[in-house]
Amino acid sequence: MASTHDTEDTNPADRRGFLKCMLWAGTGVLWTVSGGVPRSSLLGGGAMAAAPDAGDLTFMQISDSHIGFSKPPNTDTAGTLREAIQRVSQTKGNASLLIHTGDVSHLSRPDQFDTADQIVSGAGLDTHYVPGEHDVLDEDGKSFFERFTKGAARGYYSFDQQGVHFVGLNNVQDLKTGGLGNLGQAQLDWLKNDLAGRSASQPVVVFAHIPLWTVYQDWGWGTDDGTLALSYLKRFGSVTVLNGHIHQVMQKVEGHVAFHTARSTAFPQPAPGSAPGPGPIKDVPADKLRTLLGVATIRQVHGTAPLAIVDTPLSA
Amino acid sequence: MQFRPILMVAAVFGAPLLAGEAVSAVQTEPAINIDNFSFAPAALVVAPGTRVTWTNRDDIPHTVTDAAGQRSFKSSALDTGDAFSYTFSSPGTYHYFCSLHPRMEGTVVVK
Repeated sequence: MASTHDTEDTNPADRRGFLKCMLWAGTGVLWTVSGGVPRSSLLGGGAMAAAPDAGDLTFMQISDSHIGFSKPPNTDTAGTLREAIQRVSQTKGNASLLIHTGDVSHLSRPDQFDTADQIVSGAGLDTHYVPGEHDVLDEDGKSFFERFTKGAARGYYSFDQQGVHFVGLNNVQDLKTGGLGNLGQAQLDWLKNDLAGRSASQPVVVFAHIPLWTVYQDWGWGTDDGTLALSYLKRFGSVTVLNGHIHQVMQKVEGHVAFHTARSTAFPQPAPGSAPGPGPIKDVPADKLRTLLGVATIRQVHGTAPLAIVDTPLSA
Repeated sequence: MQFRPILMVAAVFGAPLLAGEAVSAVQTEPAINIDNFSFAPAALVVAPGTRVTWTNRDDIPHTVTDAAGQRSFKSSALDTGDAFSYTFSSPGTYHYFCSLHPRMEGTVVVK
């Protein structure tokens, strides 16, 4: 079995519970999937992943644009989203699509959705959204789903792109007292059915707002029934899980599963446990803010090449 | 800012209660602050008929949601400075949480 390798380590990353690479800066991630192994590189960073072979899938990820938020450290979240999208446009190359992992808006207001939609469409990429908890504040998320997940009334769906199976999940609704993110039985049943009968050799990319793995329980950074969802993915040879919510880059590799969280395009949040609470870091100097916001690019490369997840800040 | 008149009232009458003392006087309006992803005080004892006001001092929206299966109260999303009030008429223990950040929990005991 081709083993997935960690970014900096040459040993196969079969150690469990392996948490590595807590980075801050970022605008977005460029992902490339080639032969089942996704690689990512931060947009605008010097260390771009190797150029993909023809036919390889490349896509990009942005997250947590929080349009409507206008307090320290960022009173212009539309402006920083615009910069992130410019970065996406400049570096997309042959990218097939863009993923937004939620918290598109800060308060689910129609004008915030409009602004985000208008800016993100400037990337010129087919964009797939999942909701964040800030997007479903009213009417049980109806207006978000009508606008951003057409055809998926509850915000979860799947599609195939160049041989890769993409699954968007909603883990931000019907949260339980004292709990974490939640998928719920209906969605789990749907997921199980969606994956049934698929070849284990088909690469799978799962994206949801709140991390599906427990990053930090005390701050609710995990998903109660995420482990169950991941158990359905166990038999697949290449699984990539992309999340947002925590406004910082974190990644780990467990067996064939690579987990990655993207930076926000709006404001940074503290590293787990490093502050009394998970709220925005307010005292970021203006000239440093853009080093803490980012975009991600994901490439899938063939064979046993090391998994390179590198995220790109809006500015170095 | 969306400070409503009720917020001013709550701030004035609720201020002495911030240390978390139990409330016995029916006429006061105890205040609960939401700050740093927590309710303060997290536990409050009030007499039946007391109106309790929660005010969000955080930069992030929160809700005040009854944890019971049959909810007797649920606020809309409270932005910074927004307040929500509920009058507890029946004795009992009311466990509540933020439906957006469910690890934020609090209790109001009415007796």
